[in-house]
Amino acid sequence: MSDNRSFREWSRIFVASSLWVPIIAIVLGLVCGALVMWIGGYNAFEAYGALFDKVFGSKYDIGETVRTITPLLFTGLSVGFAFRAGLFNIGADGQFIMGMTGATLIGIKIDFLPWIVHAPLTLVGGMLIGGLWGALAGYLKSSRGVNEVISCIMLNWIALYLSNYLIRTLVLKPGTQRSELIRDSASMSIRWLSSFMENARMDWGIVVGLICTSLFYIVLWRTKQGYELRAVGFNPEAARFSGINVPKNMLKSMMIAGMFAGIGGVFEVLGVFHYQVISAASAGYGFDGIAVALLGGNHPVGILLSSILFGVLTYGSAGMNFSASVPTEIVRIVIGCIIFFVASQGLIQMLYKPFMARREAKRKEAA
Amino acid sequence: MKKNAMKSASLLLATATSLGLVLSGCGSNNAGNNGAASPSASAPASESASPSESASPSASAESIGAGKKIGMATDTGGVNDKSFNQQAWEALEKVAKDTGAEAKYLESKKDADYQPNLNQFVKDGYALTWGIGFLFDDAMKTVAEQNPDAQLALIDSTVDMPNVQSVLFKENEGSFLVGVVAGMMTETNNIGFVGGMELPVIKKFEAGFKAGVAAVNPDAVVNTNYVGDFSKPDLGKLAAATLYDGGADIVFHAAGGSGNGVFTEAKDRLSAGKKVWVIGVDKDQSLEFGSEVTLTSMMKKVDEAVYKVTSEALSGNFQGGTTTVLGLAEGGVGLPADNPNVPQEVLDKVEEYKQKIISGEIAVPTE
Repeated sequence: MSDNRSFREWSRIFVASSLWVPIIAIVLGLVCGALVMWIGGYNAFEAYGALFDKVFGSKYDIGETVRTITPLLFTGLSVGFAFRAGLFNIGADGQFIMGMTGATLIGIKIDFLPWIVHAPLTLVGGMLIGGLWGALAGYLKSSRGVNEVISCIMLNWIALYLSNYLIRTLVLKPGTQRSELIRDSASMSIRWLSSFMENARMDWGIVVGLICTSLFYIVLWRTKQGYELRAVGFNPEAARFSGINVPKNMLKSMMIAGMFAGIGGVFEVLGVFHYQVISAASAGYGFDGIAVALLGGNHPVGILLSSILFGVLTYGSAGMNFSASVPTEIVRIVIGCIIFFVASQGLIQMLYKPFMARREAKRKEAA
Repeated sequence: MKKNAMKSASLLLATATSLGLVLSGCGSNNAGNNGAASPSASAPASESASPSESASPSASAESIGAGKKIGMATDTGGVNDKSFNQQAWEALEKVAKDTGAEAKYLESKKDADYQPNLNQFVKDGYALTWGIGFLFDDAMKTVAEQNPDAQLALIDSTVDMPNVQSVLFKENEGSFLVGVVAGMMTETNNIGFVGGMELPVIKKFEAGFKAGVAAVNPDAVVNTNYVGDFSKPDLGKLAAATLYDGGADIVFHAAGGSGNGVFTEAKDRLSAGKKVWVIGVDKDQSLEFGSEVTLTSMMKKVDEAVYKVTSEALSGNFQGGTTTVLGLAEGGVGLPADNPNVPQEVLDKVEEYKQKIISGEIAVPTE
């Protein structure tokens, strides 16, 4: 009896499905990727070995893998949080960019504060700007019924160009396509850890990311506000009927989602680059975040695990190309296969359910 | 019900994303080497003293690279960009063939990849590591500082470190000469320039071109149109259309992949019965787009520079801390050897200006 309950507690991590579905998906993806490599005439074992080696081969690589995971975790949390309230936050990309821009501006323009004040101020500033960007889409949705998918996609572009404009006019380093460096007092890099990790770019982002992961859980499952948000997500009509202010909750969820993505952007500037470039296209962390959230079943622990998976695949894929000489095109197909299976959970469930049903039937027969 | 619909919508999206990944892998594979000028093809185009490539004794060259490795990190354009990444890689392949060294490349998918990609080569003990493009500026500086023993080389930007050799081109000088061609051959006295992004390096193209036009035809106007991206042919086509509609009969582009759209627009107009010209960039683009629309090209011989610097490094003459500037005098920029569309009197004029620039009689502006 108690066994059963602990199992149910555990399986809450993957609410949309069981724990097995993502694992089967990953294995199937790896197998399918191996098939592709085998057809292309490459040794799949060697290639996956190279991937693993690239990620865990040295302290530098471990550090850089963590650096790759951090933004994915934040955007994953962002998309996942909005999903919980029934909204599809495809705008995490724009919120991420706005977070970056906010951090760049505050990190450069304010020059009289000590680290202990400046760095947190920059973090909060970037977070709020990202949050406001999310709230913009949330406001349009809640007050005017504008579909958040459409408004978010548009806001992504506006964020990109607004950010380019602000950098160009306010903080451009002359003769280049990037901003000045942020002040040292705003830096979130951990110098001693970086030198310990053979100069990998280490920052406080992953720590804050873990804190945000727990906040995600606490807010949604341990507060009244979180209950309301989830109720709206399950069934907005029923939520309205039971006296929950649906528009207000939608606005709030988008704002919080935007804050998560914004923090991700903040650490990209304060921790990794220390400047922001004028770019023609976004780095796409927000879109990766959609896949991360989907795979993680919109649960904080799931999102954490899936961001680790995506980070490892992203960073390690260079190793497949480098050590195992698999061409980048094939590497992309392999990674695409894994993401495909991981994302098509329904497909796995289709395969998995009859199998479970048969086992169940057998057990009943035996009893 | 609604949640279900949303779930399937998001599933569809994820599927599309992964499919896109797979397809883009295939796409870039197909977009591969077709029609690209190989380094050997452009090598005979030595209208002036070409770099020591042909002069290097091939007998001893056979062994200098044995057991040595050369690495190259592309910028986000990737290795099949039909522009400088591809040129550089083709040159490295040629070096590998000629000297017995081993050459490898790593593609950067995001800005954050520059540093780990360079580090991968450095930590693996590569004899020389290339960063292709000005975007590597900051990453190159950091890696050079952290690895004082590494030998690094950079195209299109200067890093002032004792272990980095920087290679710059005088794009303004080559552009001046195609400006002379355009100025003499325009019938409408209206000439266009399509730029990729407003970077200092692209501004050099524009400034040189304008000066060249003004030198031979003070009445002609040069209108400019910046695309804002190096990989959007559709926007390049639009930019060219605007210029042609405004009365231009010759358009010079310095827009990388976006420039492909300029050629498409010119071909469309040609098949509609209106004769217009394009001046290509980086290599002899008439080979790729046909000489019915390509008037001439402003060649920037990244391949020759990469070949020269790499061979020198392999034979122990790495010139770290120096900046190599390749202009008309060094044969680093210029017109193709073959210009079927340009009358002899214009070519004579070009030659005259070329000598004036080399002798220093004319100083070509850079911005």
